[in-house]
Amino acid sequence: MHHRRRRALGWLALAAATLVLAFTDKDWLEAAGFDWAVDYPSRWELPLAKAVSGAMAWLLEDAAIGSVGFTDVTRGIAWAIEQPYRLALALLSTGFGGGATGGAVVPALSWLAVTAGVAALGHYARDWLLAAIVGACFLYLALFGQWESAMVTLASVLIAVPIGAGGGLVLGILAYRHPRFDRALVPVLDLMQTIPIFAYLVPVLFLFGFGPVSALVATVIYAMPPMVRVTTLALRSVDPEIRDFGVMAGCTRGQMTWRILVPSARESLMLGVNQVIMLSLNMVIIASMIGAGGLGFDVLTSLRRLDIGGGFEAGIAIVVLAVAIDRLSQALARRRPAATRQTRPPSILLRYPRSAIVLAIVIATALAGELAPALHAFPADWEVTTGAFWNDAISYINVRFFDDLEAVKLFILTWLLLPIRQFLLGLPWPWAMLLVALIAWKAGGWRLAAGCLAMAAFILVTGMWEKAMITVYLCGAAVLLAMVIGFPIGLLAGISPAASRAIGVVLDTLQTLPSFVYLIPVVMLFRVGDFTALVAIVLYALAPIVRYTAHGLRSVSPELIEAGVVAGCTRGQILLRIRLPLALPEILLGINQTIMLAISMVVITALVGTRDLGQEVYIALTKADTGRGIVAGLAVAFIAIIADRIVTAGARRARLRFSAGVTV
Amino acid sequence: MPARPKLSCRNLWKLYGPRAGELLRGGLPPPEGAIEAAGVIAAVRDVSIDIRDGEIFVIMGLSGSGKSTLVRCLARLIEPTAGTLLLDDTDLLRASERELIEIRRHRMGMVFQHFALLPHLTVLQNVAFPLSIQGVKRPAAEARARQVIELVGLAGRERYYPRELSGGQQQRVGIARSLAVEPELWFLDEPFSALDPLIRREMQDEFLRLQGMLNKTIVFITHDFEEAVRLADRIAIMKDGAVIQVATPEELVLAPANDYVEKFTRHIPRDKVLSVASVMAPGAAGSGEPVPAAARIAEVAEQVIAAPAPRPVVDGDGRVVGAIGRDAVIQVLLRQGGAP
Repeated sequence: MHHRRRRALGWLALAAATLVLAFTDKDWLEAAGFDWAVDYPSRWELPLAKAVSGAMAWLLEDAAIGSVGFTDVTRGIAWAIEQPYRLALALLSTGFGGGATGGAVVPALSWLAVTAGVAALGHYARDWLLAAIVGACFLYLALFGQWESAMVTLASVLIAVPIGAGGGLVLGILAYRHPRFDRALVPVLDLMQTIPIFAYLVPVLFLFGFGPVSALVATVIYAMPPMVRVTTLALRSVDPEIRDFGVMAGCTRGQMTWRILVPSARESLMLGVNQVIMLSLNMVIIASMIGAGGLGFDVLTSLRRLDIGGGFEAGIAIVVLAVAIDRLSQALARRRPAATRQTRPPSILLRYPRSAIVLAIVIATALAGELAPALHAFPADWEVTTGAFWNDAISYINVRFFDDLEAVKLFILTWLLLPIRQFLLGLPWPWAMLLVALIAWKAGGWRLAAGCLAMAAFILVTGMWEKAMITVYLCGAAVLLAMVIGFPIGLLAGISPAASRAIGVVLDTLQTLPSFVYLIPVVMLFRVGDFTALVAIVLYALAPIVRYTAHGLRSVSPELIEAGVVAGCTRGQILLRIRLPLALPEILLGINQTIMLAISMVVITALVGTRDLGQEVYIALTKADTGRGIVAGLAVAFIAIIADRIVTAGARRARLRFSAGVTV
Repeated sequence: MPARPKLSCRNLWKLYGPRAGELLRGGLPPPEGAIEAAGVIAAVRDVSIDIRDGEIFVIMGLSGSGKSTLVRCLARLIEPTAGTLLLDDTDLLRASERELIEIRRHRMGMVFQHFALLPHLTVLQNVAFPLSIQGVKRPAAEARARQVIELVGLAGRERYYPRELSGGQQQRVGIARSLAVEPELWFLDEPFSALDPLIRREMQDEFLRLQGMLNKTIVFITHDFEEAVRLADRIAIMKDGAVIQVATPEELVLAPANDYVEKFTRHIPRDKVLSVASVMAPGAAGSGEPVPAAARIAEVAEQVIAAPAPRPVVDGDGRVVGAIGRDAVIQVLLRQGGAP
């Protein structure tokens, strides 16, 4: 006990020293010749960004093997991706033949044909209900005037998903077969999933130029890592008896992979494909920054014009498209071939009735389109728009509640944002590094401390310290607020099933909205600035803390609760003394997820004028400055990794402590 | 029965753990306690067995006894740490990957505890699978598959998917699949353990019927001593990775190697295991209808007990070799379920 109290006093003293150091004047440090500790001297910075830019320039201009230059390779890749994309685009949107003068020789698929096609797919995958749902989603796109953009987006998704899923499958199989390759791949995947998407837009832009191909490449890079992981995991979890059977049947390695393992793991693999689809759709808006057209471009331009109605409608259209594709792909993944097929119908049309009907509609609408254009392109005067409604709603709120909104904003700024900002920026960097190392050591031992220290040092020597601190401050404040708001909601959802259902619906909706969509109304209400960024981040990052808290509370073993009841605990005591402590590891994981989401959102909020690492990446993007973008992106990734490793280590310790106390 | 072994292993070891191989490098076997001291687990411990052509060889042991590891070593699904393994004259442990693939494609078949059917294929496709792996053309492969499906009594279910069948039916598919390539050596790894007791019985009968027709060399794994006794020509009893005793069911009952084996035999209906020869009075004379020496007590008990005097016992050639009386039979029946 005594020992423990002394240790607690030590931490308290450390915290006090930190606070004093952060908030007091640091003239005395400078006077004592320690000015380098207050501001990291720029002459100590490593010119890493320049080096990366130089390397990229060398790659593009000089790198060559024999007569094949690096640019030839990138051009080759671009060409290979562009061909199927052109085909899909022509099919869905522009039509075949014809040039800049317009007038395609063979028209694109009519809106009726596409809608019928997806509905038929829905029926094939599951039933009439699914057919109706996806049909309705596509009708919505037509009705709300989003058809053209949606088809452009759909074309790029149709190309990105097979490449991402196929590439992920191949990499996953390689990792499964060669453990050494797996060990090399895992850290790369970790990094790819923590680096903000913006950061790899820059090199992609640099290599492939502005346009849909760049957007596709970036989308594939973003969407592929989960597929790799899912593949390796799915292959590993194939029943060992089935693998033994394959060996005993005398399969070669290729037969083993393609005829035994991959088909047996089909259902899990399809979940990976589903993830690729959802991530590709997530990328839609961001990819439009480097040349993807379609719905993402609409959202982005609306955001730039602060046209909330237009942005909201296009954003919702993305969600609708995502819902339709998600449902379809999930149903296809779960689809099981119907057993005991009877005799085959004699005619090929009867054997494939759905395909026959869709084909008939395709041909009929293509021909009839000449006579009745409404059959081909959805007539403009049937379209509905709700844009004006949203604009009016926002301006009404702005006029009516201006003072109240300002008061809230001011309060949070003064009492939460500014103090945190002042604290983090006021902290001398050697002290901050020491703290990071100390906390990491406490949570996960010296190895973790060394890793965290190295990553913090990278941020320091590349001259990103101050911007990194602003990123940490925005994320920290957002996570704090998200916890204050999310924890009670999670608590409620954890103890009341009815509340849990209602909250679940809200969270699902929040999570399917693309992150950009949050920005629009918030910007309208609060204008650009840190507070706007904060609100958007909190909204985006709220879900995990609520979900994990609720799940942690609910998954406490009923036996333990019964034990509490028998021991005479009141309901409050059961919650405070049994459920909450046991749910702690789960809650910590939720906080971890919230931190990760906050960091990924913070980069996007650079669009509304923050002055952090996100802004750095964004500027690099507009200037196509590869080195600057990559270094800033890595800095963001390292902040995320430091936070993730420390919190995960803490959660593991908590879990170990409890499992030791509970099961033994 | 021909004495030539089909499959033969000598001093087979499988060790799990860090630097397990080093323990066996200095000559066999390692000194007592050395394995445990090194923190290594011996799943198979110095096993030497011969499996004769055409016999049903049952490996019986409780869970964790190493029987599954042993059968996987025999099929070289698991690489043994040390030892030799011969299939006829082929050294399986020296065979290249290519040779092993050929041997498995044509000479071995295996049935698994949880069936290991491919979920995305129909019954017909599952059974034809090993043939199609070998490159047999589809019509030929499917024709052969239909034959074996018929053989296991599943005709009419060819287009079903595994999940639409009951456990017993699924295992029939597994059996059909392993027979499609007409293997010489047939491994069955606890094939009936996942089935309900009633179905298990039915499948055991089915298995005996098939073996009566096919006459394969069989390695059959089970944890159920009754099943072993019912099916086996010979049984190997395993404990802690080592084979304790290899014997016919009757020898096991009459002369268990130690208390461990004896405990299993205690609850076995002895009249179904013991032969007339093992309880008769050798050389004695009897009267009335003779009984065959090879018959089980259960088969003759009723008539021997009903007879007024001991019956003569005759061997396969019809020569009288002894006599069996009411007392001897009653002795066997009374000792059911209880040890002496």
